[in-house]
Amino acid sequence: MDKVSKQELIRGYPQYMRKSIERVEATRAKRLESGPPSPMTAEERENILNKYHPDYKPEKKRKLALGISAGEIVPNEMADMLEAHPLFDPADVDLSHIDYDVSLLVIGGGGAGTAAAIFAHQEGIAADDILVVTKLRHGDSNSIMAQGGIQAADRPEDSPAIHYLDVIGGGHYANKPELVRALVLDAPKIIRWHEDIGVMYDKQDRKYLEAHGGGTSRMRMHSAKDYTGKAIFSAVRDEFRNLGIPVLEFFPVIELLLDEKGNAAGAIIYNIETDEYKIIRAKATVLATGGFGRVHIQDFPTTNHYGATADGLVIAYRAGANIIDMDSVQYHPTGVAYPTAILGQLATEKLRSQGAVPVTKDGEAFVFPLEPRDVEAAAIIRECWEMNNGVETPSGVRGVWLDTPMIEEIQGKGTIKQRLSAMWTMWHRHGIDITEDPVLVYPTLHYQNGGVEIDEHGATSVPGLFAAGECDGGVHGKNRLMGNSQLDIYVFGRRVGMSAARWAKKSRPKKLSLQHVVDYEKLLKKAGIETDRVSPILLPDYRDEAVISSSLGRFI
Amino acid sequence: MSEQENATIRIHIMGKTYRVPAGLTIMDAMEYSGYRFIRGAGCRSGFCGACSTIYRREEDYRLQFALACQEMAEDGMYLVQLPFTPAPRSQYDLEKIDPTENVLLQYYPEIARCVSCNTCTKACPQDIEVMDYVQAALRGDIARTAALSFDCIQCGLCTMRCPADIKHYHMAQMARRIYGRYLSPVPEHLEEQLREIEEGVCDSELDKLVAMNEEELVLAYAARIREEE
Repeated sequence: MDKVSKQELIRGYPQYMRKSIERVEATRAKRLESGPPSPMTAEERENILNKYHPDYKPEKKRKLALGISAGEIVPNEMADMLEAHPLFDPADVDLSHIDYDVSLLVIGGGGAGTAAAIFAHQEGIAADDILVVTKLRHGDSNSIMAQGGIQAADRPEDSPAIHYLDVIGGGHYANKPELVRALVLDAPKIIRWHEDIGVMYDKQDRKYLEAHGGGTSRMRMHSAKDYTGKAIFSAVRDEFRNLGIPVLEFFPVIELLLDEKGNAAGAIIYNIETDEYKIIRAKATVLATGGFGRVHIQDFPTTNHYGATADGLVIAYRAGANIIDMDSVQYHPTGVAYPTAILGQLATEKLRSQGAVPVTKDGEAFVFPLEPRDVEAAAIIRECWEMNNGVETPSGVRGVWLDTPMIEEIQGKGTIKQRLSAMWTMWHRHGIDITEDPVLVYPTLHYQNGGVEIDEHGATSVPGLFAAGECDGGVHGKNRLMGNSQLDIYVFGRRVGMSAARWAKKSRPKKLSLQHVVDYEKLLKKAGIETDRVSPILLPDYRDEAVISSSLGRFI
Repeated sequence: MSEQENATIRIHIMGKTYRVPAGLTIMDAMEYSGYRFIRGAGCRSGFCGACSTIYRREEDYRLQFALACQEMAEDGMYLVQLPFTPAPRSQYDLEKIDPTENVLLQYYPEIARCVSCNTCTKACPQDIEVMDYVQAALRGDIARTAALSFDCIQCGLCTMRCPADIKHYHMAQMARRIYGRYLSPVPEHLEEQLREIEEGVCDSELDKLVAMNEEELVLAYAARIREEE
């Protein structure tokens, strides 16, 4: 909590921060004239990442002790969830009573899952032969929270090949080439699909208003103000609703079901309010369950939605799906550092792509504002903790200034309210006017770069199981660029919808089995892991320690 | 520690009083008190509309509306969380509708019942001029309905409060889709790129990149020239 009470704030900031803001104001004209610092060389990037990026701390990760990807290095928090018991004893579940029998099960109600259902329907699966299940409401997802934009190479100055190079270089050349090829080549088609279903993209003079993002070499960021994710998803969901595809809300999946041959065969869902389970049998299953932000890797605050607990990854791993690039975590360079009440929430990269530059407590620019995210984040961490050039908040967090008034100087008065109204509103609620004053930022946990490995059709290593969106792995390598997650969810959501539909059409109903869960328990024992941890964790617990320690656990 | 560091406030959650640290959002204050959300929490960043909250301050008869993840808890707040309440929406086929002036009224005829009481606008946690867009829709002004409602997060507070049972947020979603589909032309440069992809113009260059080893890719990446803004 902030030590300073509300009355002592001057336009949202305590007096001592105001003094620093004055120094930022004093250097602004000069900075506007000289332009931002130059981008780093490849060598400079590597140096700063090695020294300052949280991903480059080996003690925060470990080798997985069991399962198909045993030996892969993952964050300790992720290993804890994978080296854990299931939520229930497989012997207690009656698999002979099937509650839902469908051709296609889609797990996850964000952008990837919703798109998968729509395209499976287009591929010929009847609406009532598809079932979408989601842990929270349909749409409570990171998809809806994306602000800055979606990449697609569609200008004459640009090409899918240039987009490809930006993606694979930004990802440290670890990306699977065929996935990047699919991503960049499908991108214009996805924008066209969005047009067809009525997404209101920003346009000017009959062209898209396109901007740079971190690590792009062409301006290809399409946006819908700074509500890009919401504008796209709400149109996609509305289209989905017009098709009449059924959705079960507040029904997380707690385990996948396989058939006797090891093919995906459905899932067990759990009514999070009444505590009962239901059995779904499906000919094909799509995993679109998002990432692990709410697990708070290395104790970072996160931009992610409440349900981002990597449930899908945990159950897919138990079912035998291999994972890749899970050693790499994306920290968004600019999370909110102040006010503390909204710590870690996203300050969109679009602020920088429209001209805002990170500066020190003395108003000095120290980094090119649009480096790839890992590099930009490392530079801000260095400035705060090595160079001692950050501003410390009353709660002990350090941050640097993001000089938002520059946007109005560069793009013209009124730009912020026009193009960045979500950002303006967020700080305005705390008495800060970002057209007049800079904002304090520090890296925040944002994205799971890796995930369940897929091929270009979205197929995982488990036959009949497909994956798309943040839970998939291989698209972004070791670092995702801005605007490529919105693209990922719709490119691969569309692809898995079509692939899963084709798979479903040629497969027969199956005999359900939880043998893989029984076997996984044996692996735990064999690996010598003695723990009372259970997973998937479904939701984080933010109750105060004092409450948790005196809880009897009867109803929660 | 100074007195300020220990500052706490009293809040009343559905009739029970709790003492919580000052400086928390309503959502954080409720969690601090021991509530664990299933409903009523979504993105936790003001974009999803899951955490609609009604509150009243002591000594004030008026009801206030907020998103629990965005609004600060204040001393003496009486808080009630509203689970998201679905409102009926009209099924339509965007391809087949007639995108002219009467279309919104045709699918959402209840907008004609608007009595201009402005309760919807007062309930909106996004500060959207809700009543104004309903009036624009009544006049058949799809572009204005779409523009005014752009920041809508579909929390549904407007619809819950409306004495005329208007389904504001569903109607506005339809307006935005009609605007996007019919009133905002697809840029020619996108169509051109799609034609090139269709004809396979991009394939050879991409195939070359896909075949490159890391060493070659590093060189190609370093040789990129960043387009000036």
